[in-house]
Amino acid sequence: MSTLVLIVVGVACLAVGLVGGYWLPPHGRRPGKDRPKPVKRILLPFTGSSISRRAFDAAVRLATAENATIVPAFLARVPRYLPIESAVPAQCSDGMTLLEAIEQKAEAQGLTVDARVGRGRSYRDALRRLLAEEHFDRVIVSATDSPRIGLSGEDLEWLLERVPAEVLILRPAPDDKREISAAASVNGHF
Amino acid sequence: MSARRGHLRVFLGMAAGVGKTFRMLLDGHGEQEAGRDVVIGLLETHRRVDTAKLAAGLPILPRRRVEYRGTALEEMDLPGILLRAPELCLIDELAHTNVPGVEHHKRYEDVEDVLASGIDVLSTVNVQHLESLNDQVSELSGIRVRETIPDEVLGRADEIVLVDLTPEELLDRLRAGKVYPAERIDAALNNFFRIENLNALREVALRQVAEEVGHKRLVTSEPVRSRDETISADAPQAVGERLLALVEPYPGSQRLVRRAWRSAQRLGADLDLLWIKPPSGLDDDQERSLKSLHQLASVLGTRLLVEESDDVAAAVAEVARRHGTTYILMGRSRPARGLARLRVPLPQRLMELLPGVDVRIVADRSARAKKDEP
Repeated sequence: MSTLVLIVVGVACLAVGLVGGYWLPPHGRRPGKDRPKPVKRILLPFTGSSISRRAFDAAVRLATAENATIVPAFLARVPRYLPIESAVPAQCSDGMTLLEAIEQKAEAQGLTVDARVGRGRSYRDALRRLLAEEHFDRVIVSATDSPRIGLSGEDLEWLLERVPAEVLILRPAPDDKREISAAASVNGHF
Repeated sequence: MSARRGHLRVFLGMAAGVGKTFRMLLDGHGEQEAGRDVVIGLLETHRRVDTAKLAAGLPILPRRRVEYRGTALEEMDLPGILLRAPELCLIDELAHTNVPGVEHHKRYEDVEDVLASGIDVLSTVNVQHLESLNDQVSELSGIRVRETIPDEVLGRADEIVLVDLTPEELLDRLRAGKVYPAERIDAALNNFFRIENLNALREVALRQVAEEVGHKRLVTSEPVRSRDETISADAPQAVGERLLALVEPYPGSQRLVRRAWRSAQRLGADLDLLWIKPPSGLDDDQERSLKSLHQLASVLGTRLLVEESDDVAAAVAEVARRHGTTYILMGRSRPARGLARLRVPLPQRLMELLPGVDVRIVADRSARAKKDEP
């Protein structure tokens, strides 16, 4: 009889342990689990090996306020003599490091990040293809004063006219040289 | 026709001017001094004085004249070489395209005929002429090379000799007029001969030769009999790395892919991505993540493999064996719940199923970034 009691108590303890373990952090009740799932998506396209810190900060502020997902997108150009589906590893060398840096910084601030890589004949074409595939609620871009870097004035005009999303164009102050660069901003070995 | 196929040695370089033809001529002289019958079937000196001087002493077969659209052009005389039947023939510029009207469209096809008749051949080619590397080199250098050769041509070569020069040395040679005539130097420096191009091309050339050497070592492995032989036969397989990154259609997988890609680049290894698809379907978010993973894989030049199974470890092990994987990268597993906690974790199962394969768990660096953030 006493053996039977011991077995029943043992089984009960095991059941309580399993159920309790299931609900204990960090598995069952994860911190932040009750936070609503992000619905809005903010696209942060960039080219080259750096991004304006101002544009990044704006994206972070908006994403925090709206509980949105940040979608940093590296835009790559495929030369005309290559098929559009070609791999572009040389361009990706810097682009991937910068995506890593952006993702690390955004996630460190508690944001959800869902990175993308866009590919096209030009930066505008890459952006157009990206926007045609997915819906974004906002697009945040940084205007530059150099026509050879990033999106041109015409591209930005096109973005304002054609894209069915709220577009935020940031023009950094002339003395604002802050940026997140591929080389300097990645945390740890990458 | 001789029953023995000739021996092909190819001098491979990263760009014009590294000294491939020069090296070919030096080897030709060496063979001649050793008593062999050596002739030059085709030589392109590109008006380089040193190259022309070095050719002296080696008999040169005259080129033949070919009429094309009213113009008389010169081509290598393939019938002349076969008739002369030397022991060794030097044939420059393997990737050259012949004038229409001769036996073959490409020079490497002429070389095949020469080899088939039992004549040994020394030849030269630049790495950007290899078909499989043409796109990669175009992307790196911005210049498309029209004359290409199939990779099998180089694969069939008995020996590949890399003629290497540092980019700085090559630029010095170019500026000194040793590569092109004076009027072409500025254009060359501003276009193809930029230091970043040359560095990238040199890396491609070095990797190509390393891969060819690794491949030949694998192919020439003999069947094993004793334990010692087993160890030596396994050694070549350890030369090349092949990475396999385990992904799932959720945003965090992109980070894993990027990290795996960088590792593959550093190791000069191939990378495969693998998702073990559970029998259940995908929701909208997963569909979107899967699409973006396919896009990322395509941009980076890797492959995303999808296998359906409810036994992840067994399916991964099967794919890893099939592809000769040496290194598996995976993210941190999601916490197990309930009785699943009693199962052996995936990394351990993989290590048991795939002895000799490295398993690396990729950390989430954002946690560290958070700690460092002011």
